[in-house]
Amino acid sequence: MEDPGTTATILTAREAGLVACTGCGRLDHIGEPTCSLCGASLDSRDEQSLQKVWAWMIAGLIAYIPANLYPMLETETLGRVSDSTIIGGVIELIHHGSWGVAAIVFVASVVIPIGKFLAIMFLAYSIKHPDRTSSLTRQHLYEAVEFIGRWSMIDVFVVAILSSLVHLGSVVNVNPGIAAVSFALSVAFTMLSAQSFDSRQIWDADRRVAA
Amino acid sequence: MPVAKAYTRAELDGLVACPACDALHRRVDVPVGSRSRCLRCHTVLTAPRNSAMTQIVMLAATGVVLMVAAMVFPFLSIDARGFSQNSSVLDAVMAFSDGIMLPLSIATVALIVFLPLLRLGAVIYALAPMAIGYAPAKGAARAFRLAQALKPWAMAEIFIIGVAVALVKIAGLATLTIGPAFWAFAALALVMALKDTLMCRLTVWKTLEQRRLS
Repeated sequence: MEDPGTTATILTAREAGLVACTGCGRLDHIGEPTCSLCGASLDSRDEQSLQKVWAWMIAGLIAYIPANLYPMLETETLGRVSDSTIIGGVIELIHHGSWGVAAIVFVASVVIPIGKFLAIMFLAYSIKHPDRTSSLTRQHLYEAVEFIGRWSMIDVFVVAILSSLVHLGSVVNVNPGIAAVSFALSVAFTMLSAQSFDSRQIWDADRRVAA
Repeated sequence: MPVAKAYTRAELDGLVACPACDALHRRVDVPVGSRSRCLRCHTVLTAPRNSAMTQIVMLAATGVVLMVAAMVFPFLSIDARGFSQNSSVLDAVMAFSDGIMLPLSIATVALIVFLPLLRLGAVIYALAPMAIGYAPAKGAARAFRLAQALKPWAMAEIFIIGVAVALVKIAGLATLTIGPAFWAFAALALVMALKDTLMCRLTVWKTLEQRRLS
C-alpha cells in the first residue's frame, strides 16, 4: 500500500473531468445531473456544504443550551417533586455508586456533543484556513464524528423508558422534562451538520497547498 | 486543470472514485474475503463476501421477525411496595405523548421502530429477488438508496443501551423483571450490526447494475 503522504500522484475524479456518485461510486462526466445507476443527484463538490454545516451546527448549539439548563426528568417521590438536569442525573448516579453508568451517560450527553461541536467547527474552519493537521487525520476525525454522533441519543431513550415505566401510584412517578426535547433536537441538528459536510473538500484544500 | 477527455461508458465502468476523497482508482477484481481501500484516505472501497447477498437477506428477515416479537411480547415490568407497572416497547416510546412532548414521541417511534423496519424492508426488497432468482425487482435501486440514506437514523442499537442505563437507574427503587421483548430487541441490534458489516455497498451496486442490464 502506498504511503498516504504521497498524494501528489493521485488523480481525482474532478481533475479528470468526471463526477463520482457518493452513493454507489459510479462515474459520469461533469455536468451530468443525476447518477445513471442509482439516481442520486450528482455534484462534483457540494458548494453550499460549509454554509449548511455552519447553519445546522449553530441550530444544534442553540438547542444544546436549554437542554442543559432545564430538567430532563421530573421525579415525584411520595409527593415531593425533584427535577434533574443532564449533569444532575450524572451526579445522582455517582452518589448511587454506579460509576460505570454515570460515565456512559456523561460521555454520551456531555463529552460527545461538545466534542462534536468542536470537531465540526475545526473541520469546517480548516477547509478555508488550511493548517498543519494532515488530511488523513482530518478524514479520520470526520469519520469518527459521523460514527459517534448518533450515540448521544442514549439519554433521550433513558428518559423515555424511565417515564413510561416508573409510574407507581403515590410511591414514585417519573415524567419527562422539556430538556429531553431540546436535547433530541440538538443531536438531530448536529447529525445533519455532519452529514452536510463534504469530506472531499478536506483533500482539495490539501491539494491547493501542495500546488 | 487538464483538458476534460470524453470517456466511453466501458472506460468509466473500469474506474471507481473514493466516495470520501474523490481519488480515482482502477476497478480491480477483489478476491472474496479481502477488501480494497482507497490509496489516499484508506476508506474501504469494496469488501466482497461469499454468498453475502443470501446472508444479508436472511439477516434482514430475521430482524423483521425480531422486531415484531419485540413489539408483541412484554418488555419490562417493575414492582415496588405493592405497585407494579408493565411496559411494552410502544409504551416506552409513547412516554412523551402528552401536549408539547408529542413530536418527541413520534420521533422516538420513528427512530427505534419505524425507520429500522423501513430500512430492513428496503434491503429485502432490493436484494431478495437477486438472492433467490437473478434479476433485481423494479425500483431495487431506489429501495437500496433509501436503505443507505436511513442508515444513521435507525437507532435500535442505541435504544438497547439506553434501556440498560435506565435499568441501572431503577434498580435501587424497585424489583425489575425483564421480558422476552427485551431479549428480542437486544438480538435485533446484533443482527442489524452483523448485516451492516456483511454489506458492501459498492459491490451491491455493481451487482445491481450488471443484473439490470442482462
